[in-house]
Amino acid sequence: MSTHTTTDGARPADALRAGDGPRHVAPSAAAKKIGGVAGWVDDRTGAAKPVGYLMKKVFPDHWSFMLGEIAMYSMIICLITGAFLTFWFIPSAGHTIYDGSYVPLRGQSMSEAYSSTLHISFDIKGGLIIRQIHHWAALMFIVALTVHMFRVFFTGAFRKPREINWVIGTFLALLAIIEGFAGYSLPDDLLSGTGIRAMAGFTQTSPVIGTYLVYGIFGGPFPGEMIIPRLYSAHVLLIPAILVGLFTAHIGLVALQKHTQYPGPGRTNDNVVGYPVMPVYAAKAGGFFFIVFGVIALMGALVQINPIWAYGPYDPSPVTAGSQPDWYMGFADGALRLLPGWLEFHFLGFTLSLNIALGALVLLPLVYTVLGIYPFLERWVTGDQREHHLLDRPRNAPTRTGIGMAGITAYTVFMFAAGNDIMAIKLGMSINDITWFFRIALFVAPPIVFWVTKRVCLSLQRRDRDTVLHGRESGTIVRTPDGRFFERHEAGLPEDQWLLVQHDAVAPLQLEPEVDEHGVARPAARKDRLRERLSRFYFADAVNPVTPAELAAAHHHGHETEAIEAPAHAGEVESAGAAERH
Amino acid sequence: MNALAARRRHPAAIAVLLMLGLFLTGAVYAAVAPEPADATTQALPAQSVEEGKSLFRANCATCHGVNAEGRQTGNGNQIAGPPLAGVGAAAVDFQVGTGRMPMTQPGTQAARSKTVKFSQEQIDALAAYVASLAPGPSVPSEEAVDPTKGDPAMGGELFRVNCAMCHNFAGSGGALTRGKYAPSLKDVSGKHIYEAMATGPQSMPVFNDANMSPENKRNIIAFLDTINKQENPGGLTLGSLGPVTEGMFAWVFGLGILVGCAVWLGSKAA
Repeated sequence: MSTHTTTDGARPADALRAGDGPRHVAPSAAAKKIGGVAGWVDDRTGAAKPVGYLMKKVFPDHWSFMLGEIAMYSMIICLITGAFLTFWFIPSAGHTIYDGSYVPLRGQSMSEAYSSTLHISFDIKGGLIIRQIHHWAALMFIVALTVHMFRVFFTGAFRKPREINWVIGTFLALLAIIEGFAGYSLPDDLLSGTGIRAMAGFTQTSPVIGTYLVYGIFGGPFPGEMIIPRLYSAHVLLIPAILVGLFTAHIGLVALQKHTQYPGPGRTNDNVVGYPVMPVYAAKAGGFFFIVFGVIALMGALVQINPIWAYGPYDPSPVTAGSQPDWYMGFADGALRLLPGWLEFHFLGFTLSLNIALGALVLLPLVYTVLGIYPFLERWVTGDQREHHLLDRPRNAPTRTGIGMAGITAYTVFMFAAGNDIMAIKLGMSINDITWFFRIALFVAPPIVFWVTKRVCLSLQRRDRDTVLHGRESGTIVRTPDGRFFERHEAGLPEDQWLLVQHDAVAPLQLEPEVDEHGVARPAARKDRLRERLSRFYFADAVNPVTPAELAAAHHHGHETEAIEAPAHAGEVESAGAAERH
Repeated sequence: MNALAARRRHPAAIAVLLMLGLFLTGAVYAAVAPEPADATTQALPAQSVEEGKSLFRANCATCHGVNAEGRQTGNGNQIAGPPLAGVGAAAVDFQVGTGRMPMTQPGTQAARSKTVKFSQEQIDALAAYVASLAPGPSVPSEEAVDPTKGDPAMGGELFRVNCAMCHNFAGSGGALTRGKYAPSLKDVSGKHIYEAMATGPQSMPVFNDANMSPENKRNIIAFLDTINKQENPGGLTLGSLGPVTEGMFAWVFGLGILVGCAVWLGSKAA
């Protein structure tokens, strides 16, 4: 199998044909040759050209590019299994007496939603495994899209021209957790009912309109009969339609803008090195779908998830210990557990429950807004208007990597705080101490993580520089005839060295001088000063890649104190570096 | 009759009448009074009370006092052990029978222990001694804790309303404040569950017969027995702890396996 390279831009030879008029081509002569059916379809739709374009599309190869694929396939699995579940699920709060085959609930009064979910679990062939696959796929969908976002963030794939796609992805992530919450709430078991009860409480804390909003959503006082049918419409119709629509735009933009690639020899900002969709990626991606489906089916078959029969039917009076939402809502739940009670204020007969509203109503949109804004913020700070199709190695953007890790740390503290009661019983610790630990960690841990991450990145960059300049320490000690000792250093292969020097040098933005050359004061706008400060924050201690001049100097110097093997190779690196760099 | 009438002015008559009246009052009270009185005073063989007393003095008196009157540590209001008069035989049978007492070390809460330090006869003797101090709940009969005689569905509803908020929906246990916790109910015998409800050990409230009838206690035992014994239709339960362990499984195993597959597929040459 050979490696294909597509190249943008006109070839010099094109100029020779400048005077040619448009050629008249019979429609789909090629397609007719391929096969009768394809030709027939093409005659009527003209699909051969765009399909051919897509089939020849080149994608780069890396495992981390498949994280998004895992998310995509999990979503498709959710759609397939979800359709199966709608055949039997009754989205109704109507009362019924259970008389199915699960003995410990027989004779209990419950809603039709819960009873039909029990029916799916115990009396429909394959019902339980499909339910479990559906739920596991939902969890994996959001796990995978989260790590996909990590990959895009840390490699800088959100940079121009892909900011729009990052924003679409942020919307997808937000919609996915709302979709997940709606689905989690449908079976009307004790746990999901507790979740809806909590959601009603959260909504009530919105200032002024809270109670009206709850009456609107529930069609009356909690719990009413309306919430389950309404959540059902949202879960199977409204949100999936938006999800699939946005997702199509998301993947369409990837095809349009071409996939980013990791830096390496022969990979430039203007090409994509990889394999075409047909036949390689069609086989790889198609095969990967079955791998993902297989793994999730295995999870559904072997590991119990959301045992609604064990929770029992919802009833507003009981609640179970260990009431948590699914993991993706955990950060909001954790924020509620960390917020102190004194944030509730009373004045003029009104109550402002910031102790709940901050965690329940503010945090969730805040997280996704910050995510969506980040590419624009970074672009403004760095002043970088260029297009980027080559990915950053995370170490080469130390401040961004540090910010990302700090954000992940804060999110993780929130998420773990939601499990404080489980930690308390499993680790034999006091829940109060755990809560205080997380409260302090929320403020202390992210800055520490930022600092450590940034230092690690800078150190890795310095090591890269050192490797390029002085080669690898071979451990071989050489004694010269005149009695001196030195350690032999081995120069790396040019393609390895290229990886270490290919990125751009950076420097903080400089403010223009306070007075221009005519002595006229030029007060820098406050915005510029802020931008300059942020730019220093990003780049003040940047470690820049080795320049060809530095490499030459190191070699010249190196011959006296250390021997670098294969000087011919080193020369190649030098010239390659010089050619690519300028 | 004449003999009695003839002695009605005997100097002892008043004393005898007084005794008779007190006896009758006591007997009628004992007959119609609610549970606690009746639950306690079973005939206690004097011998086992004596044996229990010596066991108590050797193993429990350090904290509970020589006569089970309770002891302070001398450090503020902290107690070494509470007074035991009135806790009843059920409390002793529960605390010692589940290995909680004697406590191996002071802590926020006495933990259940696999090593029960006394034989059942010794526990019975200790229980007899403590029950002899003052009336309290007695050890339930075999029939009162027989899960086959209870209704698990009814028990499940009662469990969710009264117990699940601390012990979790599947009886897996849950956290309370400051290191205290509601323990897991897995593999706890019906007798001990009954006794816990009747005596309210540690942070647990007392569910006496007035607010939880003996039949309903048995229903709850039947429910716990059912969920302990039933096969899990969905596969591995991950500890029956709810979404926290499910989320952890998705991140660690789900993502781990899928990323492993992606790395494998990515490293495959086309």
